Formats: sequence, C-alpha cells, structure tokens
Amino acid sequence: MMLAQTLLLAEEAHTSEVEGADLILPAPYDLLWSIVIFAIIAVVFTKVILPKLQTVLDERAELIQGGIEKAEKAQAEAAAALEEYTAQLTEARAEAARIREDARVEASQILAEARRRAGTDAERIVETAQRQIDAERHQAVISLRTEVGSLATELASRIVGESLADDARQQRVIDSFLDDLESTVKAEG
Amino acid sequence: MGNLLAAVVSAEAADSGESKSYIERMFSSDGFHAPSITDFFPPALFGDGTIFEFNRIMMVRLIAAIALIVVFAIVAQRAKVVPGRFQASIEFLLDFVKDQIVEPVMGHEGKRFLPILTTIFLAIVFFNITGVIPFLNIASTSLIGLPIIMALWVYVLYLAHGVKKHGLGGYLKNSLFPPGVPKAIYLLLTPIEFLQVFILRPATLALRLAANMIAGHLLLVLCFSATQYFFFAASGAMKATGAVTFAAGFAFTLFEVFVALLQAYVFTMLAAVYLNMALEEEH
Repeated sequence: MMLAQTLLLAEEAHTSEVEGADLILPAPYDLLWSIVIFAIIAVVFTKVILPKLQTVLDERAELIQGGIEKAEKAQAEAAAALEEYTAQLTEARAEAARIREDARVEASQILAEARRRAGTDAERIVETAQRQIDAERHQAVISLRTEVGSLATELASRIVGESLADDARQQRVIDSFLDDLESTVKAEG
Repeated sequence: MGNLLAAVVSAEAADSGESKSYIERMFSSDGFHAPSITDFFPPALFGDGTIFEFNRIMMVRLIAAIALIVVFAIVAQRAKVVPGRFQASIEFLLDFVKDQIVEPVMGHEGKRFLPILTTIFLAIVFFNITGVIPFLNIASTSLIGLPIIMALWVYVLYLAHGVKKHGLGGYLKNSLFPPGVPKAIYLLLTPIEFLQVFILRPATLALRLAANMIAGHLLLVLCFSATQYFFFAASGAMKATGAVTFAAGFAFTLFEVFVALLQAYVFTMLAAVYLNMALEEEH
C-alpha cells in the first residue's frame, strides 16, 4: 500500500505536481540506489581502504616510536660515554698530579742524597788530605830528625875541623850552614 | 558525463518546449524560473516508475561514490610511511575524524568505531559537495533516501552495540529509565526517552542533513536563476541588480562548501555521541 503510494508520488514528480512531503518520504528507487551506493562505499572503506591506510599509519607510528627509542638509546650511550670519559679524565689528572708529586719528592730525595754524598765525599777528601799532610809532616819530622843529627854532626866536625879563631870565618860557616839548611827545607817543602 | 549533460539538456528542452541550442539558452532568458522542489525529482534516465528508476540525482550519487572510492583507493594503493602532499591532505581528513570527533566523544573505546565513523564522514562530505560542483549541481544527500540509509545504519549500529553490551533488558533500562530521578518522573521521562532513542535520533539525523542540502540547493538556484534573468531578460538598471544576485550566489556557493563540511561533521559527531550513550554504563 505504502509502496504503491510512494510509487504514485514518484510518478507525479515528473508532472511537476510534487508534494512538499515528498522531500521527506523517500521514493523506493531513492532508497534502493542509496542502499546500493552506500553499501559499496561502506564495504570498500571499512574492509579495504581504511585498514590499508591504518596499517601505513601504524607503521609510521612504529617507525617514529622506534626512531625515538633509538635516539634515546643513543643519547643514553653518549651520556654514559661522556661520564666514563670524564671519570677517566679525572683519574688521569689525579694520576698526573700523583706522578708529579712523586717526581718532586723523588727529585728532592735525589738532591738530598746527592748533597749528602757530596758532603761525605768532601769530608773524606778533607780527611784524606789531612791524613796525607799528617803523614808528610811526620815523615818530614822523621827525616828532619835524622838529617838534623847528621847536619849537626857535620857542622860540628866542620867547625872543629876549621880553625875557630877567625870570627868572620865562623860567622860565614854558620851562615852557609843555615843557607844550606834553608835551601834544603825549601827544596823539600 | 555526456549522458548526464544530454539528459539535462533534453529535460530542460522538454520543459521549455523551445528548440534553442544549449549554448544559446545559456546566454538568454525566457523569464524568471523560481526554484522548486521539482528540482529534486528530475525525469528518469531509465526504469521510469519502477523501483529501479535511475535519474540525475542517482547519477550524481554514483559519480560522487566513484570519485570517493577512486581517490581513496589511489591513496591507499600508494600509501607510504613518509606521505606525499596528496596523501598528507587525505590523512588530514582521517586525523580530523579521529582527533576532533571520535576521541573527544568516545575516548579510547572509540577506536573500534573509527572506520565506520570515518566512512560516514567521508561519504557525507563527498555526497554533500556535489551541490557546488559544476554540472553536478545538486547535493546527493538532498534527496532524503541517502540520509535515511545512513541514519538507519547509525541507528542499527547503536542499538546493536547497546544490546550487545548490556543485554536487551539492560539496554532498555539504561536508556528508558535513566537512574538518579524520582520514580514518578519516569511517567514523563520514559516516553520522552523512548521517542528520543527509537525515533527522534535517526529521524533528526536524516532530516537535518537532507533539509540543509535542500535549502542550500534552493538558495543557489534562486541566486543563479535571478542572475540569469537580470542579465539577459531585464532591461536598464535592473541588469545591474544581477551583479548583486551573482555576488550572493558566489557567497552562498562558498557557504555551501562550509555547510557540506559542517553537516558531515555534525552527522558524524552525533553518530559518535549516540554510540557512546548506548555503550555507557549510566548516563
């Protein structure tokens, strides 16, 4: 009944006697073609096109997410490397400072040692020289003692041998003796 | 397209009963033709009087549907992870539905309805926009059938999901007897809610869309028909009035583009809201 009525209305449409109600009462053909067209769109979109686009969007989201994660990881690695580097640098500086300190201490030790050794050497040299001097003096004393005896003896014999009357002569003899003695001492000293 | 033009030409020629050529008639006027609702019932191209009757508006729908599917099929076919300009603009539409409609209204749960709501939005945009495209010149949604089909889809969808989630009794109780009001109020509230859920929601969805498109078409036809009359039939100073009506036609064309998008937004938004209400525990 309803169908027949709407069909009739649709018929009338062409004779330009259209009722205002036709605008909200769909003609059967209107519904039919609407269903066909919209069903095609609905199926194609929900089953084919939108899923396909969605996969691409998901893929992109994944890619961006992955990129962000990778970047974060790289940043974390860089931060760790920097920390390690800083730690190494600090350690290296500390070690350098320690080495310098060691070197300074060692240098002062070496210096002190050298000074000490030089002091000892100097002392030893002085002592040796002293000993040598002592020995030479001793030797001189000994040789003097023997020579003074023989010289005294020689002088006495000379004095006795020559006439002791002449004062001038006597004086000459003494002088020559002393000169001899002096020259001997000089030659020996 | 040629078929369509020929149909238009022959229909117009039959109406006026004259034998001027199409081009001649383009630059002349035989009086002012006010727009009327007969515009929405053009003569049949074939199957006149049967359920298979196929007229100009059906043709426009078919063209819009093919354009929609072809555009998106091409984008889907060539979709790349790094989008080109065209893909990016298409994705903007998809993101618009997701970020402006589905997520604000339905939250995280809306994700499973995203394909359906996106389809509705895109279909309405393409069907509406034919109203301002030269040679098509009528919104596919200005004939009530298509809005009714889409509204019915939303209707069935929210009823089905409501019943599936809460059970038949649970859903009826939820929607007809909203909690938190004194028992006596149900005498008043329950019939209203019943009307709301089972009749008004789908009816208003369909009517709002169709009425907007009908009004838009009538406005445009009025403006352009008047322009034609003033330019080619009126004399003297009256001709200048044509400039005003032409400017109005220009403005209304832009306005119709806006309305086409707005109505798609409103329809999809309300579909999301109704779905959400059906799924909510209490409201």
